[in-house]
Amino acid sequence: MMDHHTQPAHVLHELQFKTPLQEYSPEVRQLVFDYTLQLADTSLILSHRLAEWCGHGPILEQDMAMTNISLDLLGEARNLYQYAAELEGKGHTEDDLAYLRDAVAYKNPLLVEQPNGNFGDTVLRQFIFDTFHYFFLKELQNSTDHRLAAIAEKSLKEASYHIKWSSEWVIRLGDGTEESKKRMEAAIDELWTYSGELFEATPTEKALQELDIIPDYTSIKAEWDKHVAQVLQEATLALPQDQWMQSGGKYGRHSEHLGYILSDLQYLQRTYPGQKW
Amino acid sequence: METIVEKSLEDIFEEKIASEIRIEPKDWMPEKYRKTLVRQISQHAHSEIVGMLPEGNWITRAPSLKRKAILLAKVQDEAGHGLYLYSAAETLGTSRDQMFEDLLSGKAKYSSIFNYPTLSWADVGAIGWLVDGAAIMNQVPLCRTSYGPYARAMVRVCKEESFHQRQGFEIMMTLCNGSEEQKEMAQEAFNRWWWPTLMMFGPKDEESPNTEQSMRWKIKRFTNDELRQRFVDMMVPQAEFLGLTVPDKDLKWNEAKGGYDFGAIDWNEFWNVVKGNGPCNKDRLKARNKAQEEGAWVREAAMAYAEKAATREKKSA
Amino acid sequence: MNKKEWPLWEVFIRSKQGLDHKHVGSIHAADAEMAILNARDVYTRRMEGVSIWVVESSHIHASNPEEAGSFFDPANDKVYRHPTFYVVPAEIKNM
Ligand SMILES: [Fe+2]
Ligand SMILES: [Fe+2]
Repeated sequence: MMDHHTQPAHVLHELQFKTPLQEYSPEVRQLVFDYTLQLADTSLILSHRLAEWCGHGPILEQDMAMTNISLDLLGEARNLYQYAAELEGKGHTEDDLAYLRDAVAYKNPLLVEQPNGNFGDTVLRQFIFDTFHYFFLKELQNSTDHRLAAIAEKSLKEASYHIKWSSEWVIRLGDGTEESKKRMEAAIDELWTYSGELFEATPTEKALQELDIIPDYTSIKAEWDKHVAQVLQEATLALPQDQWMQSGGKYGRHSEHLGYILSDLQYLQRTYPGQKW
Repeated sequence: METIVEKSLEDIFEEKIASEIRIEPKDWMPEKYRKTLVRQISQHAHSEIVGMLPEGNWITRAPSLKRKAILLAKVQDEAGHGLYLYSAAETLGTSRDQMFEDLLSGKAKYSSIFNYPTLSWADVGAIGWLVDGAAIMNQVPLCRTSYGPYARAMVRVCKEESFHQRQGFEIMMTLCNGSEEQKEMAQEAFNRWWWPTLMMFGPKDEESPNTEQSMRWKIKRFTNDELRQRFVDMMVPQAEFLGLTVPDKDLKWNEAKGGYDFGAIDWNEFWNVVKGNGPCNKDRLKARNKAQEEGAWVREAAMAYAEKAATREKKSA
Repeated sequence: MNKKEWPLWEVFIRSKQGLDHKHVGSIHAADAEMAILNARDVYTRRMEGVSIWVVESSHIHASNPEEAGSFFDPANDKVYRHPTFYVVPAEIKNM
């Protein structure tokens, strides 16, 4: 029968977190639920965007790289949705949470729903996110919430690869040809404004930070600044000036792009409600 | 004492073929063997790459997170297959760029099946079950093909393929056990994919001019019709299990031959699609050309950076 | 398309600690760092490896198959290099 070596790792890794739920008061439980959902939405939407590249990348090898990152993020999203469903305790599944909520209920930051643009735009979006993700997961590993800590530990291994991939590409494209440099500058112009939201704590996040369930963003932001400055310098790209930062995604106030993502994502579940696939 | 006869390179080559010794890249080989291989391997590689498109369509619309992960991993595998195969062909002295150029200009062929559209989610199931099923049937014998790098690439491909057909079958099974709408979706997709899948094995033996030489060189191990028959015999019981009706009124069990007789394949349709007139030929080539053109600056930039970095390293050394 | 193609690299993978690196195939990459990442993305998707080597294909020098006879046949009659050539009395264990 099915030989394990022939299954993709991502499929094998189903339902791997069996740690029992922690005792939380209903209020805290609600906070952890909301926040877990926010993380899940973030990984899912970025995964979805990367998956749009599948079959259309600039070279086969990079097609495969982006798909791998997409699969990692999708795996992370699933672990988080499954946890959220357990926290919620209403018998919902990961799919109910992903497929049956509308745009305003999605809590991902605006950055991850931005369109792929050209390969440079995708690389830069990824670089901004990966750098955050990497330093964030490093801290989240120490969360007092066992499940979030376990998920972070697993995802950190993947994120370490992602940050390497996107940093190398920023350098290559920044310091490549005149054209590639121009494109990277344009990508920075376009996307920098979405970087601030990653570090902006909502009331939910603030409350969880005070409870020591999730890390404070100050030190993560400092690490982010440092890595980003280093990479941009090596890429011979100018570090952007302080500027207006867009936000709203974490509150459900999204760009118009998210609606289209969800109409693709949710189309079958919405057209044929309540069926098994 | 035996007299030592100077063996010709051709004799040595033929001897190796006869005694099932693999031919390796630097070995002498007849020009025609080389050409046949480059043509077959690159066509095969193109099929994997173009084949990503019809299924890739559905990655953003997969109906559950699990299906999304499986489909994404599956389509990614096909990219890998293309890559392994291009690499195998490259050992024969043709660059990937050259092969790509032939694909993009429309000069090179790829499997016609991918010129049909995917219209519903059931198509993803039907493709995995039927198209990957047919591909496996074609590919397993190629693991023993006479050219070493091709055979090794195929071993890797076949290992990875084994989950493709199963995930397709599983999708079909879920639909067939689902609602009326889902069952209809499955049957409708099956109706559209059955005949084009049978065409995947290539023209009838009498009309397949390259088969005989390829069999002699052990590039091919079975004829098109042999494989097609095996496929039908394997799939009919599976369709019955699913409760699907094979869209062929002439299909019937033939006790004497121990296999199914099946209706006539519409070879006009086949040749028409091969010629470029299938429903999606244009879209597929457009998509591949677009990816190649839009990726050009990326490939150039990476090369420029690598060259700069190498010079810097030399200077600092 | 008339621009230079990324060079070809041969990929060697150690499937588990303690085993040799084995040739698994090739990939294209602009530089060595990228070659390692590409090799990882292409050849280790199913837990196939714990270590990767890449080497630019143009740097590999191979023996000539036409010399295979003169290279390798002379070893055929040196049976004394193999332990099975020697007779060890049954009483002697562990040799
Ligand atoms: Fe394949
Ligand atoms: Fe396949």
